[in-house]
Order: sequence, then structure tokens, then C-alpha cells
Amino acid sequence: MALIAENPKKASLATRFSSLMFRRPRLLLFLLLAPPLLWLGIFYLGSLFLLVIQSFYRVDDFSGVVIREFSLETYKTLFTPANMEVVYRTAAMAAIVTLASALIAFPLAYYMARYAKGRMRSLLYLAVLVPLWSSYLVRIYSWKLILANEGVLNWILQTIGLSGVRDWLLDLPVIGGPSLSFSYLGMFFVFVYIWLPYMILPINAALERVPRSLIEASSDLGAKPGYTFRKVIFPLAFPGVVAGSIFTFSLTLGDYIIPTVIGNSSFFIGPAVNSLQGTSGNVPLAAAFTIVPMVIMGIYLLVARRLGAFDAL
Amino acid sequence: MSERNTPPSAEIAVRFNKVSRHFGDVRAVDQVDLDIYDGEFFSMLGPSGSGKTTCLRLIAGFEQSTSGSIQLYGQDVTGLPPFLRDVNTVFQDYALFPHMTVGENVGYGLMVKGIAKSDRELQVKDMLEMVQLGGMEKRKPTQLSGGQRQRVALARALINRPRVLLLDEPLGALDLKLRQQMQLELKTIQHRVGITFIFVTHDQEEALTMSDRIAVFNQGKIEQIGTPAEIYEQPKTEFVAGFVGVSNIVRGDQARRVMGKDGNFAIRPEKIHIVPVESPAPENTFCAIGAIREVIYLGVNTRYVVDLDTGGELSVLEQNLAQDSMNVAAARGRKVQLIWQQSDCRLLQG
Repeated sequence: MALIAENPKKASLATRFSSLMFRRPRLLLFLLLAPPLLWLGIFYLGSLFLLVIQSFYRVDDFSGVVIREFSLETYKTLFTPANMEVVYRTAAMAAIVTLASALIAFPLAYYMARYAKGRMRSLLYLAVLVPLWSSYLVRIYSWKLILANEGVLNWILQTIGLSGVRDWLLDLPVIGGPSLSFSYLGMFFVFVYIWLPYMILPINAALERVPRSLIEASSDLGAKPGYTFRKVIFPLAFPGVVAGSIFTFSLTLGDYIIPTVIGNSSFFIGPAVNSLQGTSGNVPLAAAFTIVPMVIMGIYLLVARRLGAFDAL
Repeated sequence: MSERNTPPSAEIAVRFNKVSRHFGDVRAVDQVDLDIYDGEFFSMLGPSGSGKTTCLRLIAGFEQSTSGSIQLYGQDVTGLPPFLRDVNTVFQDYALFPHMTVGENVGYGLMVKGIAKSDRELQVKDMLEMVQLGGMEKRKPTQLSGGQRQRVALARALINRPRVLLLDEPLGALDLKLRQQMQLELKTIQHRVGITFIFVTHDQEEALTMSDRIAVFNQGKIEQIGTPAEIYEQPKTEFVAGFVGVSNIVRGDQARRVMGKDGNFAIRPEKIHIVPVESPAPENTFCAIGAIREVIYLGVNTRYVVDLDTGGELSVLEQNLAQDSMNVAAARGRKVQLIWQQSDCRLLQG
């Protein structure tokens, strides 16, 4: 038959390999999946597993030596008020940053998905993505300078006569401080700035997938724009909001650079882990602290699923 | 326009008054005048880009006209948003809300109006039964077949009892059998609910099958409006003659030689008959001599392409009635005479 180009026995090695893979699709699947699964299994899950185990070791109070036996001592330490305050502070910051990011990101993502055309569209995507190309550290230190009392933000506020607003904000209890770069408020600004693209992009992707005809259908059936937004657009974009909030929430929970550089040097989980495993040599407590964001994220995802965040996927 | 098909007492459901819709330089709809009557099954037929869908979207309110005005039952709706118009649409892609159940989809319009849940559920149940989807309330649209989604979209629109139902190529995605079944069902449902249906399609057969009247669109303008029979038997322009069914277009010198008249003429292939060369032509007929070049067997009938001795060609459709239609191919090359009624020749405008 002319259809069979070559005698299979004389075929090149590549052809024979391709034929083998064609006949044995499971073998192909195995060859393709083995490297990523090994990588994930050993380096990712493996290290996570070690982390969990470490959190059940304890440090001897007198010698400071890690005792490698199962113990709940470390968790007892974690749940002391001083340590829990760090957890609450971090979780509160993460929650507020996430909420603010979502509120800022949604209109922009909506505009990008539905209205922006041609150059404007490309420009907006560029504006969202370009900050991710430059170093995270450089950007944070720039913000420290921008927010400082001698910084450009203060200069602008003074020039347009709004220093009063700044002083009022800095005088507020808890979120205020001596200057924006030494306050929770400044830290909040920098967190939102740094993680905003991670919120915009998933929401944008979710909105891109909402066909225009659904919005037209809702309007056709008598719904005013606000109703359409609540009943059609937002529910369909909600998985994107959840995806984005997973990024902003977990990244804020785990970050250690921003709370170190900006803010009033009160502890957040990230810096706490850093100093526990370094200067204090208390690796078990550091491990226990690391478990906290994971548990919070787990609960968060369960709640999100309950709310139907993934129904429209 | 076909005034004589107009029921004299009929109310005008939709009126287009010199309506245009331009997208940049493109005149999607260009100075269209149109009256659609209450209770009519009206089709807008045309190739893609002919302006038929834009006209539908203008009625729904998804597009706003560049100039001209649109009336719904005497009320000027130009500039009104879709949610203030008493029309509903069945979308080409059905546009079912994926995060809602079938019941929630169908009940959406009632929910918007603030109708109580228990009442809503009753109406949804009735409506789903009418489109033969009884008991499917709890399903999600993704769990339905194409034909079922189509019915949900129809139910979702009809439950609001709109004065006009707009259907944007709703059967386009269905396979042939289901399509034919839905054509019949749509007709039945329209008779039952008595609502004006405006149906957009590019399928001429579908338009002929279902419509009371058809508007044939081309390049943003209406070429002809009429009943299916008028559109088919008496096409006014070359475009209509070619788009609805198949026509032989005889023009210029050829028309003068064959029929002794000036102008462009359309003749349907099935109106032409093949007879032996020597047979005399009856009165009030035209005739032409030629040789059969092509024989295409189509089952029900056979298409012959005949090269005329005077130049040009005519396409002829003969029904396969006789037993010897087994051997139609043998006719190739045969010298024949073609005759047709003078009255079957339509003089075309332009």
C-alpha cells in the first residue's frame, strides 16, 4: 500500500519512537508527567512535610538546643498572646489589603475587559505588567523614600495644601505614626501597590470570559445595569476575585520585606519567622508560624467554595 | 412593497422610519423603511453582513440608530435602553446564564419584575412544559444539549409575554433534523402565544418554510418584502432571484435573442421544460435550442445545464418521475429544445 510510506522496520529511530508513543499513550503520559511530579513531590511537598514535622519539635529552654521528639510545646508557645498578636496583625493587614486591592482592581479590570480597545488596551496591560519586571526590593525602597517625611509625597501634599490631611491621618491611633513610611498606613499603601497586578489580572481574565450577549440578555429581560452587575457580571467574575484574593492574601501573609522596610517595626509573620530561625535559633517555632498562613488559606478556600466561588468555573 | 398582503385592520408592531446605523464608514443599515404587523411571523433574510442582525439589535435596543426612528406599537422607542422595551430576544448563542439553573434562567425576567418566588416557580414550570422541558428546573445549562438550551432560551424570553419576540438565527447551531423539528415547533408556539415573531436567518429555505412575510436584506438595504411565494415566484431584483432559490438570469443580447425583449430576466430552472427539438412551441411560451452539457442527478430531481445555440446557458430542473430516470446521465450531449411560459419570466429591476 502506498499509504504506508516506509517499512516500519527500516524506519528512523524518531519515527519508531513516535509510533511507540502513539501505540502506548500511557507511556507518553508517564514520561511527560514524571519530571514535574518528581519536582513537586520532592522539593515542594517534601519540604512542606519537613516543615510540619519541625513544628512538632521543641527547643530546650535552657540549652537552646532543638529536641527532635514529638511535642506540642511549640504550638503552646505559638498560642501565647504575644505570638497570636503577630498572627492577628498580619491576618488583619492581609484582609484589608485584599479588600482594597479588589475594590481598586475591579473597575480597572472591567474597563480593560469590556471597553478598552486597541492602543488603550495594550497600554493598560503594559501599565499593569511593567512594575512586575522591575525588582521588588528596589520598588519597596523607592516607596520608603516616597513616603518619608522629606519625600516627594509630602512635598506634593504641602504644595497643594493638603498636609493637614496627612497630619490628621498620621495622628490616628494604630494606623498612624511619626511618618507614612513608619506607619501601618504606609505599609498598607505599599502592600496594595505591590500586589495589585495579582488582583487585576485574574479578575480581568474572568471578565474577559463573560460573553457580551449575557449582559445584553439580562438587559433584554428588563434588568437595569446595576441589577445586571449584581446578578450576572459579579457572580461570573467572582472566581476571578477569589483567585486574585488568594494571591494578595497569601502574599501579604507571607511577606517579610515590606513589614521590615516600611512600618513601625512591630512584628508580622514574615519577619517573625526570619528572626526566629535566624537570631533566636528557634526553628520549630518558625516552622509553626509558617503553618499559620497555610491553615488560614485552607480555611479561606473552604469558605470561598461554600460561597460558590468555583461554581461558575 | 406588498400592500395587498397587509391585513387591513392589522396594527403595526414595529415601524422603521428611514433608519440608518453606521459603524464608521460601514453602512450596516442604510435608510430602511419597514412595517411589521401585529401577530406576524416576519423573517429578515440575507447573507452575513447584510444588516439583518443589526436591524434586530436596533429593535431590541442593543444598538442605537445613527438616524431615523423606530416605533413599537406606535410608541417611539428610538434611544430607549433595552430594559425599557417590551421586546425579548432569543440569542444566537442562547446567552443562558451559566451560574443559574434552568429554572432561574427562565424566571429571570420575572425576578427582575419583582414577582414573588412561589408565583415565579409556577410560571416557570408552565413555560418549561410548553417547550417540552418539564422537570428540568434544577439542571444547569451546561448539562443540556444544544436543542434543549435553545428551548430554555425561548422559554426565558416568552415567559415575559413580550409584544414582540426577536430571534437571532436561533436554529443556526442545530443539526438538520433538529432544525426542521424546531422550525415546526416555533411555528406552533407562535400560533399559540400569538406574539409577533421577528426571525433573522441566512437560510432561505428556513425563511420560506416559517414566515408569513420575508424581508430580503442586501448591503444594509431591503431588496424586497413579501410573502414567501411572492419572494420566490416574483423576485424583484437579481439579488433576490439569486439568493432565494436558484434562478437563470438572462440579460442583454441574450434576452433580446431568446425573448425579443430588453432587460434582465429571471427564470426558475423548474419552470423550464425539456422537449424534443422538432416539437412545436405552444402559445405564450418562449423556446430555445441547445445541447445538454451537464447532468447532475439530485435524487428527487435532475439538474441539466444546457448550452444554448444562441450563446449562454440555462439551468433546468426536471423531476425524476419516470422509470427511465435511472439513465438520466445518457442525456449528456443530446440536442434539445427548452420551453417555458412567458409569464414565468420575471423582469428584474436595475
